[in-house]
Amino acid sequence: MTTFAFTVNGKPANVEADADTPLLWVIREHLKLTGTKFGCGAGLCGACTVHVDGKAVRSCQTQMSEVTGKKITTIEGLSHNSSHPLQKAWVAEQVPQCGYCQSGQIMQAASLLAKTKSPTREQIVEHMNGNICRCGTYPRIVRAIERASKEG
Amino acid sequence: MKIADDQPSGLSALDRPNSYIGRSVPRPNLARLVQGRGQYVSDVTLPRMVHVAFLRSPHAHARIKSIDTAAAKKAPGVVAVVTGAELAKVMTPWVGVLTHLKGLKSAPQYAIAVERACWQGEAVCAVVAQSRAQAEDACALIAIDYDVLPAVTNPETALDKTTPVIHPELGDNLTFERAHTAGDPDKAFAEADAIAEATFMFGRHTGVTNEARAIVADWNPGDQRLTVYQGTQAPHMTQDIFARHLNLQAHQVRVLTKDVGGSFGIKVHIYADEMATVALSKLLRRPVKFVADRLESFVSDIHARDHRVTGRIGVKKDGTITAFEIDDLTGIGPYSVYPRTSGIEANQVVSLVGGPYTCPNYRARARVVFQNKNVMCQYRAVGHPIAVAVTEGLVELAAAKIGMDPAELRRRNLFADDAYPATNAAGLKFERLSHHASLDKILAMMDYPALRAEQAELRRRGIYRGIGFASFIEVTNPSAAFYGVGGARISSQDGATLKLDATGAVSVHSGVTEQGQGAEAVLAQVVATSFGVPIERVRVVTGDTDNTPIGGGTWASRAAGIGGEAAWQAGKALRANVLVAAASILQADPQALDIRAGVVVDADTGRERIPLEEVARIVYFRPDTLPPGFQAEFIATRHYVPQGWPFAFTNGVQASYLEVDIRTGQVKLLKHWCVEDCGTVINPQLVDEQIRGGIVQGIGGALYEHCLYDETGQLLNANLMDYLVPMAGEMPDIEVAHVVTPTADSELGAKGAGEAGTAGAPGSVMNALNDALHPLDAAPLVEMPFTPERVLKALGKI
Repeated sequence: MTTFAFTVNGKPANVEADADTPLLWVIREHLKLTGTKFGCGAGLCGACTVHVDGKAVRSCQTQMSEVTGKKITTIEGLSHNSSHPLQKAWVAEQVPQCGYCQSGQIMQAASLLAKTKSPTREQIVEHMNGNICRCGTYPRIVRAIERASKEG
Repeated sequence: MKIADDQPSGLSALDRPNSYIGRSVPRPNLARLVQGRGQYVSDVTLPRMVHVAFLRSPHAHARIKSIDTAAAKKAPGVVAVVTGAELAKVMTPWVGVLTHLKGLKSAPQYAIAVERACWQGEAVCAVVAQSRAQAEDACALIAIDYDVLPAVTNPETALDKTTPVIHPELGDNLTFERAHTAGDPDKAFAEADAIAEATFMFGRHTGVTNEARAIVADWNPGDQRLTVYQGTQAPHMTQDIFARHLNLQAHQVRVLTKDVGGSFGIKVHIYADEMATVALSKLLRRPVKFVADRLESFVSDIHARDHRVTGRIGVKKDGTITAFEIDDLTGIGPYSVYPRTSGIEANQVVSLVGGPYTCPNYRARARVVFQNKNVMCQYRAVGHPIAVAVTEGLVELAAAKIGMDPAELRRRNLFADDAYPATNAAGLKFERLSHHASLDKILAMMDYPALRAEQAELRRRGIYRGIGFASFIEVTNPSAAFYGVGGARISSQDGATLKLDATGAVSVHSGVTEQGQGAEAVLAQVVATSFGVPIERVRVVTGDTDNTPIGGGTWASRAAGIGGEAAWQAGKALRANVLVAAASILQADPQALDIRAGVVVDADTGRERIPLEEVARIVYFRPDTLPPGFQAEFIATRHYVPQGWPFAFTNGVQASYLEVDIRTGQVKLLKHWCVEDCGTVINPQLVDEQIRGGIVQGIGGALYEHCLYDETGQLLNANLMDYLVPMAGEMPDIEVAHVVTPTADSELGAKGAGEAGTAGAPGSVMNALNDALHPLDAAPLVEMPFTPERVLKALGKI
């Protein structure tokens, strides 16, 4: 066990864990931030997507040894009052069905808009192509990202 | 919403002032889901909660000679190590049979295997520990001595005399067989000008819900009550089953279902590992949590499809279909799944083949066999994707044989829109369908002649595009004919209780459940409309057996049609109750009053008389001011079960437009259309998204998804790298439109919409693919999923 110091949603965190513990389980079980989801444990579905220093990563594939001193953002910290343009667009376009994958979808999309303000449809689809939505909300996701990029 | 021309003229019951029916009202759970504040079972933590992990059989079929748990019991954090034999003292086994599927047989299944494992992935021992990680680590310390038995894996040889019988006490490996003959198929085939035949294969696939199956069971010895947090589609059903197999009364069990991370039929069944979790809680007298990991999901969530169907169609030169014939064979794993059974999908195939067409001659046989693979059972659109693909595949093969446009061949054989009520060759009864209106509409949406012209032009340039159709019917709003008549304690009725609170707001307590379909939005719309309040004043409560009327839950596209109607009627009943109280206060005739936008008004002029909150205040807090002897009733419950028809059939047609890269075998989906008729469209966006999501899953089955087993019964691709599901990059634009033919069985007139997309998508994609390859003389592609390898084989390139 080692103590890891990092920042989660703007607040300092110190967590004791094995170095190879996936960040996902520290977020969910130590920090009790359950908005980040377990989907496959293999980085293949995107449900666990969070930001590490602004970059979208699969937290199930990110070991604690990699996060020391880093800034972690989860869905709970994306905005204070659900005011992030993507969260507003997600509501306006009524994207979620079961909703389970949507934290990861939104975090994945946020990393796109952070670096590409007005992505093309092709760029959106390519960027989102690793996040599974089994309810099949893909058309709504694309529309919501387009809306957020327009409405900022 | 467009009201269909065939609606009776004048005001219908739905034409309430401020109606929400037909509006895309947002679902009430949206905000929390985009804030990461959903309440999924995976997220539940309780005091003293422990975690169970299951050691699962690595063999498809093996006798368990001994289990050594000594080392595991000493491992860090371990609370208990429990074998099947030990757990069987707490929980009784079950047998998944239904008496109306005559001859259907199965063997007793235990929560944890006792003496014998019958598929790779069946739980053989449980470890309960302080954390899931500790439980998993301890599982690795259990030593099991197996005697590996021969595995029965190939359905084609399962009934051979030389094949071992999986359950010797059953006599053979035949789970269920159904045969059906209508008209005179032999004569009809003899009279045909052309006969087309093919053997269609459907790959085993599975639901892959993003949230795996999850359950937290909490036996409280003080209350003698079991509280189960479960991601299920049918809480009242699981309540009843947990109680029965733990030897409790149903009232001792409460099942709570909040957010569920996808279901698609996967979460309506009884799973041995979930039963074991419940039993472990009873045994250990504390909360026990089980969440399947992805590997466990692949080897233990029910699989579906996996049918081989040989089909034949006879057609005359003028396009008249003379006969259909099918022979279906499917392997369903070692047990028929409880309590819905694993005979239903094959039964549906027999019932649904040829469904849209008037052809009176039909012969069908379906055989369901046991095998040593994971269990199969009902998954979204049960049987429909198979029946539709077989029927529509045969129809397009027949059209090619006689050189007729496939849309035209359909037009000549579909039930006429004015021919209802009707009964088809399989014996299905249709109240009223709209095949021709749907076909006309989709052809206009596609601009069919222009699309054919584009296709022809591109073919000249070596670009191979195809257009494929699939007309379909879909079973929705099932009555007791589906399960209840066969002895299953599965409710076909549903109930809604409405309560008026002291501020004039109303809560709806419904037996249907929400897993993303939007049932809660529909219930709110329906109640706001029938009771007469702004939708913001309606709160919906589902997924709690202590606080909702007994109901079936959400499956078979029933939530809106059945649960919605119960809520509609309850809204009317509560309105009548409240108006009696208001009339008493106002010294008026209740018949002359109405509730609109939360205010009691004069029904004829709309003049405001008294706000609802004032009526509630007086009734709850100043009943002394009401006339003597008057007692207000501000709770109303109504139940609804479809009675006019066994099922409310819906219908529709899908079309796929795609391009095949004949060098690589890759299929690119360009566009998909669906016109469907689910009767009254209560919430257009929810319906359209159900259709789109269903199509996405249907496309998955057609092109990507396949549980690959080797001959020893080992699942080879139990991960998301090797088992492909559709992602954003593969999906075409999907255009959805409707024809509206309400069912007269209910006032709402709503039929189901959750499965139509999945029903028709695989068949239309298959037909488009074969249409694309037609000029290349490729062998028809009839084996799903249509991988690039199979496409290249059909082209003779590999």
